[in-house]
Amino acid sequence: MPLPAFDTPLIFETGQDGRANRYLPDAPALDTLLPRETLRDELPLPDNSELDVVRHFTRLSQKTFGIDTAFYPLGSCTMKYNPRINDAMANIPALRDLHPFAPDAAAQGALALMWELERSLASLFGMAAFSLNPAAGAHAELTALLIAKAYFKARGETGRNVVVVPDTAHGTNPASAAMVGFKVVSLKSDAAGRVDPDDLRAVVGPDTAVCMMTNPNTLGLFEPRIHEVSDVVHEAGGLMYYDGANANALMGNTRPGDMGFDLMHLNLHKTFTIPHGGGGAGAGPVGVAAHLVRYLPVPVVRAYDAAGKDVEAAGWRDSAELTFALDFACPDAIGTMRSFWSNFAHMVRALAYTYANGAAGLTRVSQLAVLNANYIRASIRDIIDIPYDEINRHEFVASAQTLKRETGVRALDLGKALLDRGYHAPTVYFPLIVPECLMIEPTETESKETLDGFIAVFREIVATAKSDPDKVLETPVNTAVGRIDETRAARQPDLRWRPA
Amino acid sequence: MAQPAGLLYSKEHEWVKLDGDVATVGITDYAQAALGDIVYVELPRVGATLEQFGGIGVVESVKAVSDIFTPVGGEVTAVNDAIEADPALVNRDPFGGGWLFKVQLADVSQTDALMSPEAYDQLVSQA
Repeated sequence: MPLPAFDTPLIFETGQDGRANRYLPDAPALDTLLPRETLRDELPLPDNSELDVVRHFTRLSQKTFGIDTAFYPLGSCTMKYNPRINDAMANIPALRDLHPFAPDAAAQGALALMWELERSLASLFGMAAFSLNPAAGAHAELTALLIAKAYFKARGETGRNVVVVPDTAHGTNPASAAMVGFKVVSLKSDAAGRVDPDDLRAVVGPDTAVCMMTNPNTLGLFEPRIHEVSDVVHEAGGLMYYDGANANALMGNTRPGDMGFDLMHLNLHKTFTIPHGGGGAGAGPVGVAAHLVRYLPVPVVRAYDAAGKDVEAAGWRDSAELTFALDFACPDAIGTMRSFWSNFAHMVRALAYTYANGAAGLTRVSQLAVLNANYIRASIRDIIDIPYDEINRHEFVASAQTLKRETGVRALDLGKALLDRGYHAPTVYFPLIVPECLMIEPTETESKETLDGFIAVFREIVATAKSDPDKVLETPVNTAVGRIDETRAARQPDLRWRPA
Repeated sequence: MAQPAGLLYSKEHEWVKLDGDVATVGITDYAQAALGDIVYVELPRVGATLEQFGGIGVVESVKAVSDIFTPVGGEVTAVNDAIEADPALVNRDPFGGGWLFKVQLADVSQTDALMSPEAYDQLVSQA
């Protein structure tokens, strides 16, 4: 599926003075409105006709690649289909046009929606409460670690300054820990790609604050000894943190709360079908066990029954019977992590997705995500290394190490060749513990025909690599932009457009 | 792939060249090849005190950002300024002009924990 390969100049390089459609009468001369010294004339704004602007941006959109374009098996990113009903719900005028400073009494529907989403997530993941405040995954990690810090401070355990991160975790984990002022200790996974509780026991102690785990881990493997791992950390006095990046593997099938996790986050933009991938707005709710609820960021959505009694974590109630209010007066709260009430439209999308599927549907979502990933692995394991060749969860890791040795074709080249054939490349070179790796996550929303198409193309590329490696090494040729000099781009980035 | 003689090696793929109690440290040819094109190297400050096997900097390649674990501990006496302007030097000449930093050893016996060229060669040939 070749993408259009025409050249698209920058909008600043096109147009002519006076070409823009002018629907409004001319404004008074600017120097009658603003002091002369605040005006500048070296800012060359483009002057294009409306049609040229429409074509410019349409062409740019045709050059890009998204889940709406084709199959996008980018491991760890959960690039699943974003149901259109989510956007329809987020566009309901009563929600879309609500002023962020509307008084609680005028925003009961929006508050009910937030409360219902918090309660749904708490139930689905086995946590006592959730905060929708954090704006994305790494922001949520930061939030959770600040909660852990507040918890230990309140207990007088200020000597707990170490965060343990297995090498099968995400790179954001140590970065978040360092940002909160914790020291990071990396833990090597065992030969089976898992955390060995005995290895963990050797590194935890009175200075342990938090152990950050991803389960299934970044190899797509479930940690079967997670209860022992939790026990080791808890016996040392530390907290267990669940990185929800891979939550698409287990919804409704098992719960982090039941595995012994005290804190967790979700990426609603991954697991709960919110458009992402362009660095756009995310949503990263943080869930906590009962002993950490009081540290959650403010505001907290409170629900009151007809008698004015706070129903708090009393379980599910029909929100039509309740009254809602934003509570800022939580003395132990870590503060506010995000301006206003965070990315509210994403909460609407996530709740729409939750209600459209229900508990049974979400359970099925994770089962199909796991099935699809295993189907691809089983269909290519005879032609590429699978370092941990066993039943995986929602994603798996292949390695081009042998292929590279035999043909010179690397993981990166396989990715380029896939792009050339209309498929997005998998994640490459992550996790770091597998050389020349490709991390493949198909998600549940792909049909068997799509998976078969990908498998056939992948097999053809590997066969071409063996018979005529140069053909793979010169890809992509069908994409809007050919092979990029990534080294030069990193060493000599040229990020600023200057007028000719 | 024979490893240069006269150097000591760590399992994290750094090499050490001893001159009295001053050690020059770099990454091995195997490491630079595995990392791919290096675009940035973060080095410790001159005067900093390093703990043996501690993470003291990072190497960023087009593939990934990886920690540098120092194979020896002590005080940093020099860093290779040339690689700030030209990080590819580490790819081109890892055992020579691409050296990273020099350390005044706190204790020369800590090099007992490092590997001979033969032992390191065996390690990387199994990888």
